[in-house]
Amino acid sequence: MATRHQNTLARLMVAPSVLLLLAWMIVPLGMTLWFSFQSYNLLSPGMERFIGWTNYQYFLSDPAFWTAMANTLLLVGGVLVITVGGGILLALLLDQPMFGQGIVRILVIAPFFIMPTVSALVWKNMFMNPVNGLFAWIAKAMGAQPIDFLAQYPLMSIILIVSWQWLPFATLILLTALQSLDSEQMEAAEMDGAGALSKFIHLVLPHLSRAITVVILIETIFLLSVFAEILVTTNGGPGYQSTNLTYLVYSQALLQFDVGGASAGGIIAVILANIVAIFLMRMIGKTLE
Amino acid sequence: MARKISNTSRWGFTILAWGVALLIFFPILWTILTSFKSEADAIASPPKFLFFDWTTQNYAEVQSRSPYFRHFMNSVIISVGSTLLGLLIAVPAAWSMAFQPARRTKDLLMWMLSTKMMPAAGVLIPMYLLFRSWGLLDTRLGITVVLMLINLPIIVWMLYTYFREIPSEILEAARMDGASLKNEIVHVLTPMAVPGIASTLLLNVILAWNEAFWTLNLTTSRAAPLTTFIASYSSPEGLFYAKLSAASTMAIAPILILGWFSQKQLVRGLTFGAVK
Repeated sequence: MATRHQNTLARLMVAPSVLLLLAWMIVPLGMTLWFSFQSYNLLSPGMERFIGWTNYQYFLSDPAFWTAMANTLLLVGGVLVITVGGGILLALLLDQPMFGQGIVRILVIAPFFIMPTVSALVWKNMFMNPVNGLFAWIAKAMGAQPIDFLAQYPLMSIILIVSWQWLPFATLILLTALQSLDSEQMEAAEMDGAGALSKFIHLVLPHLSRAITVVILIETIFLLSVFAEILVTTNGGPGYQSTNLTYLVYSQALLQFDVGGASAGGIIAVILANIVAIFLMRMIGKTLE
Repeated sequence: MARKISNTSRWGFTILAWGVALLIFFPILWTILTSFKSEADAIASPPKFLFFDWTTQNYAEVQSRSPYFRHFMNSVIISVGSTLLGLLIAVPAAWSMAFQPARRTKDLLMWMLSTKMMPAAGVLIPMYLLFRSWGLLDTRLGITVVLMLINLPIIVWMLYTYFREIPSEILEAARMDGASLKNEIVHVLTPMAVPGIASTLLLNVILAWNEAFWTLNLTTSRAAPLTTFIASYSSPEGLFYAKLSAASTMAIAPILILGWFSQKQLVRGLTFGAVK
């Protein structure tokens, strides 16, 4: 039985974490909300004033915002399709009997541990560069014209880079889930004469559905905030072609010094993330039961 | 029961899987190889894969052109510092939530997790302004605290899922035997908690080492960890492929090795226990 004394102690032990996170949530978020209703530019300090919804109107009517919004969704959606689809295939492959399985696993997981600035720069310079990149050499060797990936297909190139970073994550989680599949059930299905495809659809896929959902939700949270990859490859360009919401907020605030407008964008990003978060929280909440 | 596998299909899977794995790993391998080339060999066409004059020149030059070692140490200090600080705050919390859950403990845990889902863009501006007025921009202290805060929910969660697996009967048994609180902690609890704490430490050092939103926005030079330092190669200097590769190899090597040790914890830590 917990005594009153123990309960107090328990609360005291939890308190620092709670207070810190509470401060981390409320103070900056409150400030962002406050700024979003202000006319506030870092270049003209002391001129701050309340302007109501103007920042939101300005932000929402800016074509750059809708481009960024579309890019954000394309980036998240594109990477999800590639990593979840590829992750399922890879997990199925890695689950097969083979020689050197441990090493194969290690090689496949590696990109996840590469810091985003490194992977973006390596891809940008050593692979996608239209003069010295490896892709350019392959194109030339096959008699084709080298493509300037980041200038011609900026968003697609970034999707490719980010997918390379996240494919290992999806694979690793799906493989873990796959390995908990009941092998007796598989054998029973085989005895019943089920083919590979029907086993996959009726047995494997339902078993993986939970892990797939978790992968989608967690990746979405991180992918909504992709930043470094854009900063070091395209700086959001050409024009706004590879600007996502996070990058737009950054450039509005720290390159154009428009704190008010950027804050409105930040609040919109928070709302977007919250929609995803609600689903994710439900999923994780179930594991606590 | 092991299923019978023909040797042919085993070899088939082996070749296919190794092929795919090498393809995925190739950019990393290529970076490491390039770091040992001369700049001329690095952009040679056709590319030189293994037969070039191996040199360690680039590693020496990266250090002589920039305080590489300082950025490396910044990364170490910031990632280890933020994780240790986080553990210091999170261990008591996770401990009490696992062993003396209150009615609201689950809600509290979920709420902590929800703070992790706040997009960085939503709080970038106030953090930048606060840091500016507090003189914390480009300081190791400032970035360490921020990284601690963004990883704190993960640390609490991971520890909680590990601690919860320690059977509380053991505690009761120790108490029955008349163990003092000190003995209980030193001889019973600590040995059981250490593996969980160690995995949490490992995963969070990795996450903090690779964090590239706050480090890029809140540090510029003195306190800059490797993420920020490498980003400076996006300027024309990045066209020196061999040096870029050497700097990159040094930046990723330690974490790649740590990461391979933490595969299992990774799944658990990043899915908040939803997939084990």
